[in-house]
Amino acid sequence: MTELLVRDVVASHGPTTVLHGVDLDVAAGSTTAILGPSGCGKTTLLRVVAGFHRPDAGTVTLGGQTVVAPGVVIAPESRGIGYVAQEGALFPHLSVAQNVGFGLSGRDRGREARVAELLDLVGLPREVGRRRPDQLSGGQQQRVALARALARRPRIVLLDEPFSSLDAGLRTSTRRAVADALAAEGVTVLLVTHDQDEALSFADQIVVMEAGHVRQVGTPQQVYAAPSDRATAAFLGDLVTLVGTCSDGVVECALGRLPTLCAAGGQVEVALRPEQVILGPAIDGRAVGTVLRSDYFGHDVLVHTQLEDGSTVLARVTGSVDLPEPGQRVGVHVTGPVLAYPLV
Amino acid sequence: MRTNTLARRGVGAMTPVVVVAVLVSAVCVLPLVVIAAAAMDAGPGEAIASLLRPRVGELLRNTTLLVIVTTSACIALGVGGAWLVERTDLPGARWWRIALVAPLAVPAFVNAYAWVSLRPSLTGLGGAALITTLSYTPFVFLPVAALLRGLDNAWEDTARSLGLGPWRTFARIVLPQVRPAILGGGLLVALHLLAEFGVLALIRFPTFTTAILEQYEAAFDTSAGAVLAVALMALTAIVLTGERFARGRRSHARIGAGVKRRVQPAPLRKWRVPTLLALTAYVALSLGVPGYSLVHWLGRDGAPILSTDLVTALASTLGLALAAGLLTTAAALPVAFLLHHHRTPLTETIERVTYLASSLPGVVVALALVTLAIRWIGPLYQTSLLLVIAYAILFIPRAMVSIRAALAHAPSGLMEASRSLGVGPWQTARRVLLPLILPGLLSGFALVFLATCVELTATLLLAPTGTTTLATGFWAASDSLDYAAAAPYALAMILVSAPLTWLIMTREAKDPS
Repeated sequence: MTELLVRDVVASHGPTTVLHGVDLDVAAGSTTAILGPSGCGKTTLLRVVAGFHRPDAGTVTLGGQTVVAPGVVIAPESRGIGYVAQEGALFPHLSVAQNVGFGLSGRDRGREARVAELLDLVGLPREVGRRRPDQLSGGQQQRVALARALARRPRIVLLDEPFSSLDAGLRTSTRRAVADALAAEGVTVLLVTHDQDEALSFADQIVVMEAGHVRQVGTPQQVYAAPSDRATAAFLGDLVTLVGTCSDGVVECALGRLPTLCAAGGQVEVALRPEQVILGPAIDGRAVGTVLRSDYFGHDVLVHTQLEDGSTVLARVTGSVDLPEPGQRVGVHVTGPVLAYPLV
Repeated sequence: MRTNTLARRGVGAMTPVVVVAVLVSAVCVLPLVVIAAAAMDAGPGEAIASLLRPRVGELLRNTTLLVIVTTSACIALGVGGAWLVERTDLPGARWWRIALVAPLAVPAFVNAYAWVSLRPSLTGLGGAALITTLSYTPFVFLPVAALLRGLDNAWEDTARSLGLGPWRTFARIVLPQVRPAILGGGLLVALHLLAEFGVLALIRFPTFTTAILEQYEAAFDTSAGAVLAVALMALTAIVLTGERFARGRRSHARIGAGVKRRVQPAPLRKWRVPTLLALTAYVALSLGVPGYSLVHWLGRDGAPILSTDLVTALASTLGLALAAGLLTTAAALPVAFLLHHHRTPLTETIERVTYLASSLPGVVVALALVTLAIRWIGPLYQTSLLLVIAYAILFIPRAMVSIRAALAHAPSGLMEASRSLGVGPWQTARRVLLPLILPGLLSGFALVFLATCVELTATLLLAPTGTTTLATGFWAASDSLDYAAAAPYALAMILVSAPLTWLIMTREAKDPS
């Protein structure tokens, strides 16, 4: 069943159109990430769904209820959504427990129990309920914001870059805790992010946006392995590009003859991920290059190698192996099919 | 961008707020229209002829000279004082900072009374400039000191590392950055000078404002006063435009970003003793003289310190101030809210109109309301309501500043979070917005309340017969040279103003913008 249905949504900020006819389908119980660079319109799309931004055209249906259509605009408070803003937006004048219970009706007899249950759900001790938001760390604030959003059992939870204000270590652990809580509630999730790792690891479905258009929709594996265009490919992760020619599912380039899924013919831009590039001994029959330098990240290393035709390729190797020295000659081998896009 | 969308969605809920805001700015702009209409009573030829009289030339010369001399002196003393307190190794800088702000607690006309009652020979431009400079220098000192304190020190450190000494660093790096504060403070001084009545009447230095009041009191003739008021409005417009022009479009200062480190203070060395002597002399003039004068006159010639007249005046002052505080805060809230969450050409016009109208001297606003009441809405004439409306027009910017600062603590994201939790717009206003901006509303109320307590000019013109406030009671006594009778009123006003000064000092310390 489709929980959220967006059709032909056009939206603008003043004179600038930021969404040019966007469609979106989110299945009930699934997690969808809208991924795109800043300014692509992804946050505006989320705000249209939430009811914070009125679109110029298009329809939005939430759980079968039309919330946006010509002549119809349902107020945000009547949409049955949960919303977590970038920095939590906890009410500074209320305690954590009052924040979590904010949307629950005052006469709710189970209110206190529900608040406690929600704090458990997001992995916070119940004593935290007595504290003020400014006495919490950024990660704890985001957990409280999620608990608050889940309090009224929304049909969909909207997350607007909820982890971007956290530092790297906290981001991973908070993301994990949020994902667990959301899974436990079995709620539909729409996440907006510009962080590829976050989108790929968090979601069942990825929607790639650029300049107000949806470029691609698919599972994380699909969009990472087979991006629909070069810009999407580059946005999703590091990319090695070379010029080559393509025919019958094979490209010919400085790395040799490589299989491709692309059907284009003639001159193409060949693209592959650094983890597809394998460095080995320089032996005959393989492309050979000279190591320029290495970027060391601990868990892995990006090795820059210059091929004989002058082009440069990146290879991702694990950090534990002996690294090739700059100036060393290495053989360059490619695994898996490569991408190819028409030359522009 | 985002604040705009909040408003677009909630157009329905926003309409009453827009209506109230338009009404408020219409009332604010009313004085301009009324005065212009009244000045044209006898026809444009007559109006121009009465503007070309030699008397007007004298008023223009006096007013302009006073504005130039006092504003320059205030800027020199205010900037110098701020630099000494914030950027040098001046001993006891904390105490000097308080001493340099404290004159704010003494209303300027009380300061003039203190001087004139001791030195009756003090008259003319020199006397007027001396007293107004002593009273108004804090208007420059406060914003400049606050900006200096909040200024990112990275530029100063960089300038020093490039070989500039502390003096040249101040002149070439710091001064250009505090320019907006200097201009803002200077503008405030100039606007106060254009509006000043009490000081200049006591010192017998005629300007447009004193002439308008004299004309009105002599003949109850509002149309001759209106012509002078038009000239005064023109001067106000010139001052406002001049400040805009001087400020330009650039904004320099980056405030409060990053970690604040203390700037290495510039050593005064051999200047230490002369500086301390000069500051002591300055404080003796600005605080010592009013203090001494008050002690000198209090209870002299058997005048009672606490009379029933004083208690009555205090009661009506507090009553009027309470009403003015409530009305002004209530009027400022919708305007401030719209400016914060709903920026459109309409709301920006409302902002400009309110700002322009509230820059008008009190005498112009009061004269306009008198004219309006006499000619068109008789039942309002000689009522406290009209006086309270005048206070609201005059003091709405004070409430706006506090409320707008408070609204910054209530970002639209919080309102959206509340809406997403199933809470409607009015409930959101009650449960989220109001608790967050309550301190700002209270401080706006307090600022208006305390300003009303020491307002003289509009009160003289508009107070109903038989209603005496602290300011008008003080004025009646000192105008008839009964300095001993005036002293208790002066003391009462200083006691009422002291919390205002404290509030401004703590607010500036917290929020340098």
